[in-house]
Amino acid sequence: MAAPKLFESELKVINIGLESFRQGLTDAGVQSVQAQFKPPLCADASLFAKTAKYSAKIDAANKKALDRVLAAKPVLVGMGRALDVVPGMKKDLILHAGPPITWDRMCGPMRGGIMAALMYEGLASDPKSAEKLASSGKIKYAPCHEHSAVGPMAGIISASMPVFIVKNEAAGNYAYATQNEGLGKVLRYGAYSTEVITRLKWMETVLYPALKGAIESLGKIDLKTMVAQALHMGDEVHNRNRAGTSLFYRAIAPAVIKTAPDTETAAKVLEFINGNDHFFLNLSMALSKASLDAGRDVKNSSLVVVMARNGTDFGVQLSGTGGRWFTGPAQVPDALYFPGYTKADANPDIGDSAITETNGLGGFAIAAAPAIVQFVGGQAADALNYTLTMYAITIGESNIYKIPYLDFRGTPTGIDVIKAARTGILPFIDTGVAHKEPGVGQVGAGVLSAPPEPFAKAFEYFAKELR
Amino acid sequence: MIKTIVKKGAYFDSVSLMQIAKKLNSVPGVLDSAVVMATRENKGIIKASGLLTPEIIKAGDSDLAIAVSAATAGALEAAFRTAEELLNKKPAQAASGSDRKAAGLDNAIKMLDGANLAVISVAGRFAGALAADCLEKGLNVMLFSDNVPLETEVALKKAAVKKGLLVMGPDCGTAIINGAPIAFANSVRRGNIGVVAAAGTGLQEVTTLISNDGAGISQAIGTGGRDVKLEVGGLGFIQALRLLASDPSTEVLLMVSKPPHPQVLRKIAAEIKKIKKPVVAVLLGGEIREKLKDNFYQGKTLEEAALKASCLGKGLDLGKARQVIYDATLKCAALARAEAAKKKKSTCLRGLFSGGTFVSEAQLILQEMAGPVWSNAPLDKKWKLKDTLKLSGHAVIDLGEDEFTVGRPHPMIDFTLRNKLIVSEAAKPEVSVLLLDLVLGYGSNLKPLEDIIPSLTAAFASNRELTVVASVTGTEADPQVRSKVVRGLEGAGVLVMASNAGACRLAGEIVRLSSRR
Repeated sequence: MAAPKLFESELKVINIGLESFRQGLTDAGVQSVQAQFKPPLCADASLFAKTAKYSAKIDAANKKALDRVLAAKPVLVGMGRALDVVPGMKKDLILHAGPPITWDRMCGPMRGGIMAALMYEGLASDPKSAEKLASSGKIKYAPCHEHSAVGPMAGIISASMPVFIVKNEAAGNYAYATQNEGLGKVLRYGAYSTEVITRLKWMETVLYPALKGAIESLGKIDLKTMVAQALHMGDEVHNRNRAGTSLFYRAIAPAVIKTAPDTETAAKVLEFINGNDHFFLNLSMALSKASLDAGRDVKNSSLVVVMARNGTDFGVQLSGTGGRWFTGPAQVPDALYFPGYTKADANPDIGDSAITETNGLGGFAIAAAPAIVQFVGGQAADALNYTLTMYAITIGESNIYKIPYLDFRGTPTGIDVIKAARTGILPFIDTGVAHKEPGVGQVGAGVLSAPPEPFAKAFEYFAKELR
Repeated sequence: MIKTIVKKGAYFDSVSLMQIAKKLNSVPGVLDSAVVMATRENKGIIKASGLLTPEIIKAGDSDLAIAVSAATAGALEAAFRTAEELLNKKPAQAASGSDRKAAGLDNAIKMLDGANLAVISVAGRFAGALAADCLEKGLNVMLFSDNVPLETEVALKKAAVKKGLLVMGPDCGTAIINGAPIAFANSVRRGNIGVVAAAGTGLQEVTTLISNDGAGISQAIGTGGRDVKLEVGGLGFIQALRLLASDPSTEVLLMVSKPPHPQVLRKIAAEIKKIKKPVVAVLLGGEIREKLKDNFYQGKTLEEAALKASCLGKGLDLGKARQVIYDATLKCAALARAEAAKKKKSTCLRGLFSGGTFVSEAQLILQEMAGPVWSNAPLDKKWKLKDTLKLSGHAVIDLGEDEFTVGRPHPMIDFTLRNKLIVSEAAKPEVSVLLLDLVLGYGSNLKPLEDIIPSLTAAFASNRELTVVASVTGTEADPQVRSKVVRGLEGAGVLVMASNAGACRLAGEIVRLSSRR
């Protein structure tokens, strides 16, 4: 590249470090921008040098991986019982959010969710026996992510639970997610009381057949376009799903009415969806999962394909490093708490929902969601800054998810672990906050930066393994 | 009593932290404080000041350590409250539409279409990688940071030469690019003289002298002092000479350096031969003996070289430069006689400098006029001060040396140490001449008079025979306004000269004359 001649061009300065140096430039009428500096996540400069040496290979691999993610065509094609459709699902297996974890290290909400699932499955009759069974070693646990699935908060999926089936029509892969239960005392926040089990049973016996029939009658529902529209209507489809839920409702309602056994059932089903602003969350997560799984296993790619939390650990997977998890302690989000709750009540970050950020949505798209800026500091400019910051660590921009305020610029998409490690900028996640005790439910919503350890470890492993 | 707090994973740049530490020290009852990133080097520094606690020993590179020693628990508490306030203080315009900060380099490049220069002043251990990134993105680089490893400097400069880009520094404190002052620099006239300097204060001195003489600067490129040592081989210096040689708005070149390594000097000389434009050189204590070409000129002092370049820039005969210096010397002699007449006995001179290049220049001038001059940065190792703060005989001190600046702002910004020395040296019976420099411009202390006058007043009060001679490096367009500062100093009884060389000559002459008694 021939450098344009400095002395014959208009001087334009990027100032990194002492901000006072901009004064002389401003007085001289020179344009400047202050670039914030954070120390890199990894102190070993030789690893950065190595990734720089391999940059042509890595860039090509990242392009290939991201192209697959962007080319994904996730559509809702049907529903089924987890045992029948989720790959590798078994009766004695419970899937959970985040990276792998053993019972003894699980947080309260996750334990509560598992106990609820065991009672729901009829494997335990009361909380006490459920807890005993859960810790007995007879029940196996595995991350949803290792079974093409995702789940919000505790992310519990057991054998009988109905799941949405999302197909990526471009690559042919599938992703699965449960139906969202709504707010209040719900399994995903670790509640295991009778009302929780009763609602889950209703969802299995009434909601599920009605939705399944409706989806089948429609053939399929294009989720990607739906999310693109939701972004233009003030959602970022992680912490705000009001528009997405409305759009889904509009698409599904006529079919539900047509296919439901009676009007009473149709009304109940539609009321349930209408009454839960987060109904769409599980779909936006499954859409993200179906898209990102297509970008897996590209040799030399530093693309992050999973960010997920189990309430104890935060885990990351890269395209180029197969199924290996890189983990570090999950942090407590900086949140706005519902009346009566404080940070002391909050559980560390939990849920597979960070898959939306991994896919360029959620916190990465928060500039599209001015209605929830109170979570990020109260000003629309703050939301804008968070989104703009994420372009520093992403490989590309979305070709379909666009932000009106940024003149329809695509959302920052495809986290590059090398960029995150080098700039010290960590992915920004906006999320719900669970009470640390099982069964209390959501206590607030807020934001956090992903913890540095998983990204540092992932970068170091990736760089060392480069050949 | 000492209290320490460690904040995990909180990064701040060292200058901000020093400013915070300075403010903590001004909290009543606080004896000493340190606010540093807990790196190995910084731990060493705070150990020396007795503030290292087990908590800080355990902390790592990316942790912020605050240590305060105070007389009372109340003072400790007040200091930590102040620290919290200062650390949490958000810059006034953060995140507001037009003055948004960019997160990372890529964002900055996207935000500023056509960006062509990166000014980097982050901690040295991070600066090299950042500079390499900038070069990769096609940006020229000014690397203000010091403590960048030598091999990194060489690699950066080689990469820059390959790409036809410019790397100024590391440890480059000043530059003027396309008329804009960068970092510690002055607001000077634009013109046709291009400067290359491996000596920061030297660059400020020649550019202001040229500007004050009515000529102007096209570009002034700093290289960092290490550039002309053998290991770097003048990579940046030669690159700068080439860029100026081909720059259409540069008609005269002026190069400023302490004597380069002989091998490097040979390379520079070979480069000068290729340049058709006139070249003026000042090598403070060095000289090029070979006749390189017809339009090559040298100056013994920064002033002489600046005036010669100025004459060439204005298309005047070089005799004019000699005339100016001759006139100044005559005036100086008259002034010196008057001052010396006040002194009843011979006197020692103490030079207290904030600009490193001035310490070299002062030694060159003073040792001819007054004999041996001791220094913490001596031109000849023979005159190295054993204990920098125990001065005897004639002595000139560079207060910008590492021994004084670790954990403390540069003396061009923070006058505290020099003010103490002004008062304590003036009180010594053998001393009656103080020699000072005041460097104005961006980056430097914005209220120099307010900060220095009280110590001068105290000095004059304690020593009736005291003469204070100073130079003020700056222009009328600088934020501090040179004439205002000169008037303020003169009002306090200081003899202010147009240049450091002039100030040194006057001080030297006073010493010489008074020693004849």
